[in-house]
Amino acid sequence: MKKTNLYNYILELADNCLIAGQRLGELCGHGPSLETDIACTNISLDLFGQTRSYFQYAADIKGEDATEDSIAFLRFEREYKNVLLVEQPNRDFAYTLARQYLFDVYHLLLLEKLQFSQDLTLSAIAKKSIKEVSYHVRFTGDWIKRLGDGTEESHAKMQEAIDGLWTYTNELFEVTEEAKTLAEEGIAVDVSTLKKTYYEKVTALLTEATLTIPESKYFQKGGKAGIHTEHMGYLLADMQYMQRAYPNMKW
Amino acid sequence: MSDAQLKNLEEIFEQRIANDEKIEPKDWMPEKYRKTHIRQISQHAHSEIVGMLPEGNWITRAPSLRRKVALLAKVQDEAGHGLYLYSACETLGISRDELYEQLHSGKAKYSSIFNYPTVTWADMGAIGWLVDGAAIINQVPLCNTSYGPYARAMIRVCKEESFHQRQGFEIMMTLCNGTEAQKQMAQDALNRWWWPSLMMLGPVDAESVHTEQSMKWKLKRKTNDELRQQFIDQTVPQADILGLTVPDPDLKWNEETGHYDFGEINWDEFWQVVKGHGPCNKERMNARVGAWEKGTWVRDAAMAYAEKQQNKKENPAKAV
Amino acid sequence: MEKKWPLWEIFVRSKNGLEHRHFGSLHAADADMALENARDVYTRRSEGVSIWVVESKNITASNPENNGELFEPAQDKVYRHPTFYTLPDEIKHM
Repeated sequence: MKKTNLYNYILELADNCLIAGQRLGELCGHGPSLETDIACTNISLDLFGQTRSYFQYAADIKGEDATEDSIAFLRFEREYKNVLLVEQPNRDFAYTLARQYLFDVYHLLLLEKLQFSQDLTLSAIAKKSIKEVSYHVRFTGDWIKRLGDGTEESHAKMQEAIDGLWTYTNELFEVTEEAKTLAEEGIAVDVSTLKKTYYEKVTALLTEATLTIPESKYFQKGGKAGIHTEHMGYLLADMQYMQRAYPNMKW
Repeated sequence: MSDAQLKNLEEIFEQRIANDEKIEPKDWMPEKYRKTHIRQISQHAHSEIVGMLPEGNWITRAPSLRRKVALLAKVQDEAGHGLYLYSACETLGISRDELYEQLHSGKAKYSSIFNYPTVTWADMGAIGWLVDGAAIINQVPLCNTSYGPYARAMIRVCKEESFHQRQGFEIMMTLCNGTEAQKQMAQDALNRWWWPSLMMLGPVDAESVHTEQSMKWKLKRKTNDELRQQFIDQTVPQADILGLTVPDPDLKWNEETGHYDFGEINWDEFWQVVKGHGPCNKERMNARVGAWEKGTWVRDAAMAYAEKQQNKKENPAKAV
Repeated sequence: MEKKWPLWEIFVRSKNGLEHRHFGSLHAADADMALENARDVYTRRSEGVSIWVVESKNITASNPENNGELFEPAQDKVYRHPTFYTLPDEIKHM
């Protein structure tokens, strides 16, 4: 395959959307109100839409018989490049929103840079996605404030979620080999440059939400290299079930 | 108010409906009209949100990204439809929380078809094709019902629902054009959903308690048996196109009547499920009650936050 | 605590040039949430370009019992309508 770097880089972008969308999709029908169900499903649908655009592009590059679905459903666990953050389970509504918010802020910063990519397809996907993700940041950010500065109980739950997920934030700014090469060509975003702004933005909002910024300097990483948490296997078992049980069929 | 005055008001009221006038929330209405509407609209709303569960069961396992987004959007629509209908119901002076309470305590009913399990992917096709098909037959006439807010909600619901049945039929069609295993999956789904879909249109007319009054108030435009016949007549040819066999050995075209004759429906099973002893009644209720209870702290927090923000606005000096 | 999310009425402008129209209602804890929810509930299919939200309790509605005195007196004021006035046929543009 030509353009192996680009292919891998697209997966790095797309897998975050795919897995984050999958996690939100689990909740449809089980949220705290009909209104929040509808809103979270919208975010999930945006993310799956972005996933499809990326994978269709990746399938073109890969050629052979690759399709958006073969790329989405028929890889092995070690081949998924999403960050550990987005695969974390929906322990409660605070976890779900904290996970989504911590990802959204990064996602928007990334897209704001990616829209200037020399790769026109990536640039076009980024431009379209920015509008969607701007809304995601606003929606989840508002909810972080509500739960952080709501009741004692909600504050404790949101703090616990932030504490639990904080360890996965640093990985967002790890630069993979592919991304490094492509960044030099003006195609990929050097995500390490987003780190300072990210933590400033997140700190400001969490502070407004009366939450404490975790002090721990110990971070987890591995997702971008395909080494996932134990949750990932179950997520994939669910997601890939049909394609694995009934191979080579059209749906 | 004297009995005579009341009777006079009721006559004027019935006349307005007979003249195809709409009744709006603040208009005078007989207590029975209000109660019947609360019952029917809320039952309808409950069916939408319980109906999210059997299909929601397959969101994480949908076999392609295209199917996944379509299914998500469909289940999301059902949440929306529940919301429109609860809102319509609230105009009759009852809160959504009270309606939930009735659902969670088992006092209120919902469509019993959602108490059947979704066992395979083909069930997503069968539900869209058959269950939404039966629902549309029920719902389209309601766009013209006498209570304004209900009619308006139904117009929105029907407009949005038009893609639901199509996506179901497309799933079935893809399966039927697929491998042997896929065809079997489709046939198996039809076998399991056919009879519950017929039951979904309600008990036979002779046993249906509400029909006459409901006709007058345009809550119903056709009887259950008429709707059922219409459903069968339009669905059997679709099954033929799919190359599937409707699981009824007595099903036969009747040249004389211009309708299909069909076999005996197992009403014992229907009543068993209605009374709470279907395959998934408990799971469905646990899921609804669970979501509501797990969400209490979230809803409380949002209210507490809103109040704090309001106070800050009103007393900026005191804000810390 | 158990304080319910209040009810909001949602008005949507479907495109510029048209007025906001009542679309329905929903529940939300505050105005910001009502706006966000309205966006997700009522404009999923690109139905709008602008949204107003009003807490339902802030709407004062006329009472249908007074419809007689409120609205019927207007019915015989036909002189407010152009058709009340007779003009010769040859007069154009009026």
